[in-house]
Amino acid sequence: MYIHKKTAGDWAFDIVNTLLMLALVFVTLYPMYYVLCASVSDNTYLVAHPGVLFRPHGLTFGAYRMTFEHPLILSGYRNILLILVLSLPLNIVMTLFCGYFMAAKKMLFKKYIVVFMMFTMFFSGGLIPAYLNQRSLGLFNNIWALVIPGALSLYNAIICKTAIEAIPEGLTESAYIDGANDVIILFRIVAPLIMPTMAVLLLYYGVGHWNNWFTASIYITDNNLLPIQNVLRALLIANTDVLGSGESVGDQYDSYAETIKYAAIIVTTVPVLCIYPFLQKYFVKGVMIGAVKG
Amino acid sequence: MPKRAAKRPVGQILIRDFQQNKWKYLMILPVVVYFILFAYKPMYGIIIAFKRYRPTLGIWGSPWVGFEQFALFFKDVYFWRLLRNTFSISGLSILFGFPAPILLALLLNEIRCSWFKRTVQTVSYMPYFISVVVMCGLLKAFCQTDGVFNDLIAAFGGARENLLSVKDNFYAIYVGSGIWQSIGWDSIIYLAALSGIDQQQYEAARIDGAGRFRQMISITLPGLAPTITILFILRMGGILSVGYEKILLLYQPLTYEVADVISTYVYRKGIIEANYSYSTAVGLFNSVVNICFLALTNAISRRVSETSLF
Repeated sequence: MYIHKKTAGDWAFDIVNTLLMLALVFVTLYPMYYVLCASVSDNTYLVAHPGVLFRPHGLTFGAYRMTFEHPLILSGYRNILLILVLSLPLNIVMTLFCGYFMAAKKMLFKKYIVVFMMFTMFFSGGLIPAYLNQRSLGLFNNIWALVIPGALSLYNAIICKTAIEAIPEGLTESAYIDGANDVIILFRIVAPLIMPTMAVLLLYYGVGHWNNWFTASIYITDNNLLPIQNVLRALLIANTDVLGSGESVGDQYDSYAETIKYAAIIVTTVPVLCIYPFLQKYFVKGVMIGAVKG
Repeated sequence: MPKRAAKRPVGQILIRDFQQNKWKYLMILPVVVYFILFAYKPMYGIIIAFKRYRPTLGIWGSPWVGFEQFALFFKDVYFWRLLRNTFSISGLSILFGFPAPILLALLLNEIRCSWFKRTVQTVSYMPYFISVVVMCGLLKAFCQTDGVFNDLIAAFGGARENLLSVKDNFYAIYVGSGIWQSIGWDSIIYLAALSGIDQQQYEAARIDGAGRFRQMISITLPGLAPTITILFILRMGGILSVGYEKILLLYQPLTYEVADVISTYVYRKGIIEANYSYSTAVGLFNSVVNICFLALTNAISRRVSETSLF
């Protein structure tokens, strides 16, 4: 066995590489650290010094209290939770149906139906026809406008299909012989066996809904129906359209006008950031599948 | 089995297929209905690009105008500006954003200490889970005159200014934040491809006296080439699909000159100004150019490297 000795060049390479990686970690984490510090800092200080922060200035949780009293943030939270409760079961059932069908063998029309579905990955009607279509279907300015059009992602269905294909055929075949139909097999045998994949798909769909603001910005006109990201947008970016941030934010918020932004970022982003590391090893697999088939 | 099946009449085969797969067809039914309603019906709606659409007359009832909407777009005062901006933003994103995750994957692959490698990876995925709204909100805060970025610029002796309202900065902010958000996530696929490289090649190279850097250039990079090619073709297919979400959140009238792209124009003309036929035509032009670029890159790649998508 050949044993490699580190040369001077190798040492230099390792040191530079480690430093680069540390720089990446810093650049990635610092913005979130900044947000954390800013959210508990004193509002007056932050307004005067919005620059580099390495520790909180002052320590107050008033901004968090305000966040949980802010009517639009509360309704935004309520709306996004409602969207998740309505969407995720629908997403999972549709994805399982689609994935199970694509993984099936010996079906006459499977090929045509798969081509029919795959075509939509390469060509779509575009923004305006989709918008007019959705309005004509009545999916406008109600919660269903944010649920039904996002019922299925074909990309996720392909990940699901690949996971189903990895199940030994004997398992499903013996269930057939025992008289089970496909629906029973799918929910009693297949779904429990692909639990890790399902968890990742739940993460993908969940994060997709949670972080989506564009759909609501064009299909929802009633402020009380806006999900959390749209409220954040009004709060953080205050662009010319959508609700002017001053309109619904009362005087009592003025003393936290700046820090409440950061507190709102923390309460909307941290839930997602706490979940993904646990699913990391599974979604890495998912990305590989998606890319190979994509 | 297939031979016997072929001899039976077609009707009988169909009935047998439906009987055997009844539940599977029932399962796919809602999925097919979903695609008809939300993918194919909008495709039918594209015909309003060739009409003068009036909501009261409906899609079919509105009068045909042929290519009038397209002609209007080509004569639009903003046509060249939109095209230039779209190609610039997309081109710069590809130029800097495409190699970044490859570089990260190569560097991560060289880390021998496994817990450090895992930690860096986990951290690098994080920005992908942060919403565009939050990222743009942070950018806006960091770019303000007294913000973090200006503190850095001032430390190096530069002048403070609101970075987001300066035209010349827009591309750097757009491309830089794009890399920040997706470098880790996009590197996953390359890391996966790296695990498929034969380890004996490295051993052989070491015996021949190749250093770590040399191995990276001569073994790892060529090992990644097929993956890089496929992803590059896909990326070229989206040359005109500059994500409108970030631009809509970041641009302001001061920076329209450099930041307004085809997709944001479609959004403003269609959703805000309700100019449906015109914006559909602009959107269709965008899709057609995209498909042409996808086909072109694919064809070139098939000639040059024998790796292709189809």
